[in-house]
Amino acid sequence: MERGWGEVMERPLTQHIRKDGRPLTLKEYEAVGGYQALRKMLKLTPKEVQTLVKDSNLRGRGGAGFSTGLKWSFVPLDTPKPKYLITNADEMEPGTFKDRILLESTPHQLIEGMIIAAYAIQANISYVYLRWAYKTAAQAILSAIDEAMAKGYLGNNILGSGYDLEMHLHTGVGRYMCGEETALLNSLEGKRATPRAKPPFPQVSGLYGRPTIVNNVETLCCLPHIVNKGAEWFQKLSLTGDAGTKLYGVSGKVKKPGAWELPMGVTLRELIEEHAGGMQDGFKFRGALPGGASTDFLVEEHLDVKMDYTSVAAAGSRLGTGTVVILDDKTCPVGFVENLEHFFAQESCGFCTPCREGLPWVEKILSAIDSGEGKINDLKLLEHHTKFLGPGNTFCAFAPGAMEPLQSALKYFRADFEKHIHEHRCPY
Amino acid sequence: MLSSEEILEIKHAIKLVPYKKAASVEALKVVQEHRRWISDESLRDVAKFLEMSPEELDSVATFYNMIFRKEVGKHVILVCDSISCWVMGYEKLRDQLFNRLGIKYGETTHDGLFTVLPNCCLGTCDCAPALMIDHDLYRNVKAEELNQILEKYK
Repeated sequence: MERGWGEVMERPLTQHIRKDGRPLTLKEYEAVGGYQALRKMLKLTPKEVQTLVKDSNLRGRGGAGFSTGLKWSFVPLDTPKPKYLITNADEMEPGTFKDRILLESTPHQLIEGMIIAAYAIQANISYVYLRWAYKTAAQAILSAIDEAMAKGYLGNNILGSGYDLEMHLHTGVGRYMCGEETALLNSLEGKRATPRAKPPFPQVSGLYGRPTIVNNVETLCCLPHIVNKGAEWFQKLSLTGDAGTKLYGVSGKVKKPGAWELPMGVTLRELIEEHAGGMQDGFKFRGALPGGASTDFLVEEHLDVKMDYTSVAAAGSRLGTGTVVILDDKTCPVGFVENLEHFFAQESCGFCTPCREGLPWVEKILSAIDSGEGKINDLKLLEHHTKFLGPGNTFCAFAPGAMEPLQSALKYFRADFEKHIHEHRCPY
Repeated sequence: MLSSEEILEIKHAIKLVPYKKAASVEALKVVQEHRRWISDESLRDVAKFLEMSPEELDSVATFYNMIFRKEVGKHVILVCDSISCWVMGYEKLRDQLFNRLGIKYGETTHDGLFTVLPNCCLGTCDCAPALMIDHDLYRNVKAEELNQILEKYK
């Protein structure tokens, strides 16, 4: 596809995915250049790999957008074994389905990325923490690990380099909280998935108290390509200052919901109108969560916002996972937010009081408003919660995330809330 | 009593972790795979095997929504109630399912065949609404297709 900036659009992460989505075997992956990056990387020092990735400006694709190379650099390299590298494949953000595609169709790309990351921090044990629902992905990863072991890409003395890495698949047993990296570590240790205090950060004291890096699937899948083609190439894939491509998705009342790898920084309008085929007939765009349930709404005035970390943040939201959920004009915004807050209230791990008690309260208020029993003071009460469950008042980022769609809904769809209260019913 | 097969599988899980307790989630998964759910008796047996108190193991077991501490039917139906499925009208599908089976969330049919549970989210939001029955994922499900889908599990 010819793009405005005069280059053929590159889709390094997804270009070899089969139409039917079946996973590439080891042979097929090698035939398209697979594991060449591993060979190249083993000639570099761990510090050189870290610098390369730092220079590429790769930012974590799980939602937080932290610099991957910088995250790695906090791991003390000279500590005794063991150190751990963990793939966060617990994709559970409502509205998010991007990692599933990579896990099911190109498991070797992930494994190669994991070896690169593990080598960069000199970890010798690695895990894929996979959500239980991804049964097809589990099979794909298990057979890919076996193939990579048999070929000498995993195990002892990888390709004669003297570097050892073992890899295990861990499938979870539910709970959104497991995607938070310190809760994920507790879960891997066989405990309740509650978050840990930071500091110490996992880079220093993670799994079983050892230095640990947790990276997202899409982040890790970028690594073989960065090693093969360089930091500058990776930066140039993007339309903006945030490097690389991004797996974007759209769900809701659009003509062609789906996910696409595109240059970082395409606009929300292009995503909806071009890639998702526009709104379904009879439906108008009212708003969108740009990156999953825990991001602030963007509305019509934001359609030309570039979908990268910096621009979406400047528009008052977060890129999050980059998978957009659309609110249309025939769907009730109050009901929409009620569905989200029901989810958050249910998934709160219960470890800290404001989150455990505040979220069910929020849900009850929203439910009352939606069923026509709301009072005008309820809006103040909801606003109060957006502050008191906001950043700095809870133990982890869960409740502040839950408040993002609520606070922006109160801002952009206030008239809808008021109408529910005045008319004692849902007008939709 | 844990079966010899269960013990073998739990021992394998223990080998991969630094101490027994760390295998608690894996051990619960093993028993659930064999018995569909974790009874009080199973919980006590697993706890004893892992050298932890039943209360501590129960705190783990009850945390995770895919560990069942109540008996479930032969097939577990998970209805995705995430935001994308809600926008696409999953409620119609849910109500049809309740009507068809004569049960609500958390209940099991009299013949012990089906249990229905809400779930968020199944990670297939571009193909909403979605259902999962045991290991099988159903996407873009229409209410009128339900009968045909359920027939497969009888």
